[in-house]
Amino acid sequence: MKMTKFAAAFAVAMTTAVPVLAQDLHFPSLSYRTGPFAAGGIPFADGYSDYLTLINERDGGIGGLRIRQSECETAYNTERGVECYQSMRGDAPMVLQPLSTGITYQLIPRTIEDQIPMHTMGYGRTSAVNGEVFNWTFNYPATYWDAASVFINHVLAENSGDLSDKKIVLLYHNSAYGREPIRTLERLSETHGYTFLSIGVDSPGQEQGSQWLQIRRERPDYVIMWGWGVMNPTAIQEAANIRFPMENFYGNWWAGSEQDVRAAGEAAHGYKSLAMHRTGRDYPIYDDMQQYVIDAGLYAGTGEEVGTVLYSRGLYAAMLAVEAAKKAQEIHGVTEITPAMMRDGMEQLEITEARMAELGLPNFGPAFSVSCQNHSGSGEAMIQQWDANAQTWNLITDWIAPDRDLIMELVAEDSLAYAAENAITPACLN
Amino acid sequence: MLYREAGDFKSTYTADNQTFPIKFDRNAYYLTMAVAFGVVPFIINDYWAQAVVIPFLIYAIAALGLNILTGYCGQVSLGTGGFMAVGAYAAFKIMTAFPGLNIVLVIVMAGLVTAAVGVLFGLPSLRIKGFYLAVATLAAQFFLVWLFTRVPWFFNFSASGQINAPTRTLLGVPVTGATASSATVYLICLFFVVALAWLARNLTRGTLGRSWMAVRDMDIAAEIIGVNPLKAKLTAFAVSSFYIGISGALLFTVYLGAVEAGEVFGIDKSFLVLFMVIIGGLGSILGAFLGAFFLIVGPVLLKLLLVDNLGWPTDLAAHLEIMIIGALILIFLIAEPHGLAALWRTIKEKLRLWPFPY
Repeated sequence: MKMTKFAAAFAVAMTTAVPVLAQDLHFPSLSYRTGPFAAGGIPFADGYSDYLTLINERDGGIGGLRIRQSECETAYNTERGVECYQSMRGDAPMVLQPLSTGITYQLIPRTIEDQIPMHTMGYGRTSAVNGEVFNWTFNYPATYWDAASVFINHVLAENSGDLSDKKIVLLYHNSAYGREPIRTLERLSETHGYTFLSIGVDSPGQEQGSQWLQIRRERPDYVIMWGWGVMNPTAIQEAANIRFPMENFYGNWWAGSEQDVRAAGEAAHGYKSLAMHRTGRDYPIYDDMQQYVIDAGLYAGTGEEVGTVLYSRGLYAAMLAVEAAKKAQEIHGVTEITPAMMRDGMEQLEITEARMAELGLPNFGPAFSVSCQNHSGSGEAMIQQWDANAQTWNLITDWIAPDRDLIMELVAEDSLAYAAENAITPACLN
Repeated sequence: MLYREAGDFKSTYTADNQTFPIKFDRNAYYLTMAVAFGVVPFIINDYWAQAVVIPFLIYAIAALGLNILTGYCGQVSLGTGGFMAVGAYAAFKIMTAFPGLNIVLVIVMAGLVTAAVGVLFGLPSLRIKGFYLAVATLAAQFFLVWLFTRVPWFFNFSASGQINAPTRTLLGVPVTGATASSATVYLICLFFVVALAWLARNLTRGTLGRSWMAVRDMDIAAEIIGVNPLKAKLTAFAVSSFYIGISGALLFTVYLGAVEAGEVFGIDKSFLVLFMVIIGGLGSILGAFLGAFFLIVGPVLLKLLLVDNLGWPTDLAAHLEIMIIGALILIFLIAEPHGLAALWRTIKEKLRLWPFPY
């Protein structure tokens, strides 16, 4: 029954795709519902798709123009990601959200050439913050380096501002994704005097025995994890096995969803992670979602993920994309926007608390505005903690600001090196 | 029907020993070359080039390389992914150290570096063989990837450990980077494929190739009749690694443009290329191409059929794809354990005798 509906939706999408000129806005989704990272990929893709469906069903699209969705399976694999990109680049994709740091690195030069904006929300290449170098890449509302700094600021506050006798271990996925925060944490260790140690786990991350043996030997005060997919539940299980105090074990925001902690059961109680947005179903938007999408049977996937952390993230990503499209329509005065116009909308995007409340997501994410100089947002994040008894994530802090001065310094360093390597003259497009 | 050999006579040994002794085959080969060089570059679109043809050509080179080692010399290797990584990282280091260097030269040099590394890891083959050698080369795979992810010098100390191919030109035309046109990239890959396949064909039927095959079939007997196993095995490792290095360098420079060793050159790459060789046919040049076609183009065609034409959900299609490819591998290996090339050889024999088989 689900199958046929999906097939029907796709068939409609296919037939409308071919003959007529763009009478709709194409929002592709580079998703992964298979492979070792599917646990994270499925809820994100579902949330992304459901929000766009809601906009179509409730509002009749964006500015009266319907959204056409398409999905391409990457399996978190770079080569497949390139294949997906090639298959959709000619079809006026409004914005690409690859949900993979590896694929992001592949696509940055290609999207510049093809003039297609890319949104890498809380992942990807952090130095894309510098919009004068990376004109077509956006990573609002926060970046990896923000995340690392927020974590340090949080433990600083917990230790009354002194980390000099502390030892912090970074357990990272040994890929571009996992290595992103190393430099920031190293730089911050110079300022705050903590001992820093980074331990890599090879992809996909099921084998961590030796890493946890090392952690046990080192006796760190805090472990922060940069993991994804199957690596996260394994790490939490391993931490429980060596009786590492869970409240001193932090994940970044890609290691803080239901999928990560449920497998460890009781043992995961007290595990903390960063959160770049709130979660749960207690938002007015879910009334509409229930009415227009879920009850109507138009939801993506199985519908079991609705309201989970990564579903919320997909929904948030879609919300930001739709807001940018509205902004683009407003700036250019046309409804039928091109990817290049979409880019302008993204660069001038402003998300206020009032706007989020209007959308039925009050206080869901941080208020921020994007500019040419800063393609990231405020960089703020919160800390959430898992309650294994209630099976819920509870926020235990308010928004924590990162050390933006240091991050901007690092961003300038890295992005200007990229500009020099690739003969780019940093400049705004408009 | 297809193979009409009446009147196709040979009066010299040279004519009898040519690569394509049957006139029909020879003409088909010339036609393929003419189309590949003269027609395809003008009609190919970006999707077909970037998603289908270029990866096929690049993996065909890798399969050729592994076929030389495993198919012709009988040395089982699971280190292909690691050697491809050597090619990619060597190309990156050479490209960034000498920005003015011709890109074709960079790729060839990356191949030479890989050949040297391959010989180094081929040394154990003098003492061990079979499964034991497979495990030794597996160590090469893990060690090399570990090296490229842990030693910052190899990725020029970049923050994320990714290597990026900067734009390089050949005669003023960009070949690497996002500005390179698909046709240029296709032609570069095609040039390498044709040159290396030609080289492989001629190496394998010359003295060197015969000594490889002698070692493969029975190394003690080969040694008794005067084949130097040291030379045979190490040259096989060198030539094979040269091919695999070039394929890794091409994969990085002209195809992907950004690479991270752990992700792109993991153990699954080694298996992928090994499967290509096994399915395509051990010890056959054509087999390398058929195997690469089966495992690189097959999944893409299946995806186009299931998702883009039939409109199936992407995850269902992806799972089915794994199942179908897996089932096809099984069926092929049961029906024809010597691979697609042997299947083709049988078909060809039958066609030559058709309609009067004896």
